[in-house]
Amino acid sequence: MKTNTPSKLEKILKAGHMAVTSECGPPRGSDPEAITKKAEMIKNHVDAINITDNQTSVTRLCSLAACIRLKLMGLEPVLQMVVRDRNRIALQSDILGAASFDIYNILCLSGDHQQFGDNPQGQNVFDIDSMQLIQMVRLMRDEGKFLGGDDIERPPRMFVGAAANPFADPFEIRVPRLAKKIAAGAEFIQTQCIYNLDKFELWLKQARDRGLHERVFILAGVTPFKSAGMAKYMKNRVPGMDVPDEVVKRMSGVPKEKQAEEGIKICVESIQRLKEVEGVSGFHIMAIEWEEKVPEIVERAGLYPRPSVED
Amino acid sequence: MRLRYPSNIRIILLPCTGKVDVIHLLRAFEKGADGACIVGCLEGECHYNNGNIRARKRVEQVRQILDSIGIGGERVQMYNVSSSEAPRFVKIVEEMTEKIISMGPNPIKIARKRKAA
Amino acid sequence: MIVAKKKPVEEIIEEVKNYEKILVVGCNECVTVCEAGGKKEVAVLASALRMYFMNQGKDIRLDEVTLERQCDHEYLEEIRNIIDQYDAVISLACGVGVQFMAEKYFSTPILPGVDTCFMGAAEERGVWSERCQGCGHCILARTGGICPVSRCAKRLFNGPCGGSTKGHCEIDKDLVCGWQLIIDRLKELGRLEDYEIIAPIKDWSTERAGGPRKVVREDVRQ
Repeated sequence: MKTNTPSKLEKILKAGHMAVTSECGPPRGSDPEAITKKAEMIKNHVDAINITDNQTSVTRLCSLAACIRLKLMGLEPVLQMVVRDRNRIALQSDILGAASFDIYNILCLSGDHQQFGDNPQGQNVFDIDSMQLIQMVRLMRDEGKFLGGDDIERPPRMFVGAAANPFADPFEIRVPRLAKKIAAGAEFIQTQCIYNLDKFELWLKQARDRGLHERVFILAGVTPFKSAGMAKYMKNRVPGMDVPDEVVKRMSGVPKEKQAEEGIKICVESIQRLKEVEGVSGFHIMAIEWEEKVPEIVERAGLYPRPSVED
Repeated sequence: MRLRYPSNIRIILLPCTGKVDVIHLLRAFEKGADGACIVGCLEGECHYNNGNIRARKRVEQVRQILDSIGIGGERVQMYNVSSSEAPRFVKIVEEMTEKIISMGPNPIKIARKRKAA
Repeated sequence: MIVAKKKPVEEIIEEVKNYEKILVVGCNECVTVCEAGGKKEVAVLASALRMYFMNQGKDIRLDEVTLERQCDHEYLEEIRNIIDQYDAVISLACGVGVQFMAEKYFSTPILPGVDTCFMGAAEERGVWSERCQGCGHCILARTGGICPVSRCAKRLFNGPCGGSTKGHCEIDKDLVCGWQLIIDRLKELGRLEDYEIIAPIKDWSTERAGGPRKVVREDVRQ
């Protein structure tokens, strides 16, 4: 098995196991326990933990520091990095900072527009885009070069990921866009939350038709609904989210006190169905402020225990 | 019908209310008019298609300006009256006259007098 | 054209309230076309200000003039003989005109009467929208004639992002997704396969990032 980095996630995927990742959103404050507690809840049930980077443009403790916390706990972080807030100097600098703590995974993202967050009047950067960030990390890792052309002493060793949203428009370029990210150098993909399984499977089929599933590891994104209200909110308010009517109906169809359980059930069923689909290499479970449910979902979906790989 | 209407109204004839510009109305107030009524054809019956709709938007602009400089936007009002509605025209003029009397004279006129004195 | 919008009268009053002889100067170019700072708007603003100050019991002289352009020496020179009669000028030109006049008439306060917004087109009467940010290196040939810098909220060179929904941008459902437009146009031109070419990292030094810019043409220079 040839790996490009010391990443545990890469090893698990390349060994042919279904990978399981999850995410933790850093706190809106500086309490380290806000991260370590969430990580403690899920650490035995996932292979790696994504740390979001000021998600929805709301100012939070930085992704890099939170990743270092995980690293200090002996866990495997995935550094999420958006191009909204940093120019190419800051991006490269933070990548080196992460590399100095031997953070081995990075997820390259554009980032939500700042209008959604707590500083809608702020400037945005977008010096480079997410596609170019992927290229830049690969340049730094594989050629040991800065964007400016100079050599990097002790280059970063990072398994490079990207996001894919099979549900955004226009649908016809969703697979070409995936191909483009792979061509840019993405080695794994974590998708947007999947509720419309048919559409996801159609997207994946089109990707398979081009052989893309053999060139990248696709981790299907899932998020359990806590309530029918959340389902409606995700359907109507979150851009690029596809929540079919029948899913909303199913959530609304059970009494309020049983909706959380129904949300978990839908999530587990989705994983069980998608596990069988060719081209799905794992799952990315985004239990938003509901991390304590991740172990249960992993166990009920038959993804526990997690495999161990040699360091 | 030879109906009577208040004698303090001066009628300015125009081919269409679409001819009224923001500056015409402002000038009237600058020169001391206490109020202005823009009486156009009924909406949908403009001979020039949408002259009266344009007039309405311009009147709205003038109202905003008069409000922001402390003259009072309510001194300008747009009405749509057809040529066969003479009694309604009279009623509008009376209504407007009453409203303007209750608002008092155009402050510009007072300021001008004060300055001259 | 450069698109601007009128400043609220209240804001202008606040800026000029301590002056007594004011010249309102319009511009006959872009701001006339976008109905923010032409001859008509000059007349309206001057009239409103005259009434305001008259009402305040202040004796103020307010004159009006509209120049062909405020971004060229020769037209700005037209007010050289009268500028000393005023203790302030309100320029209804774009930010370029205001500044150019301020450079020329160094000892007279030149105040802006409009908010300069962007370079854009008149979509329809009363609606103007942005088309160009003057980044200094045009890539429209590669993006089907639609600019990702000015028409994508994240100025992505390899868009669209995951927020594109039914042809609209995630930040505003009335805003068209620039990348949807690019894709539609590439398709129309029979060049959809070009979508998969990765756009290289942009050199922003020709944009604002490179500092105030200048174009020098030795061939036409005197």
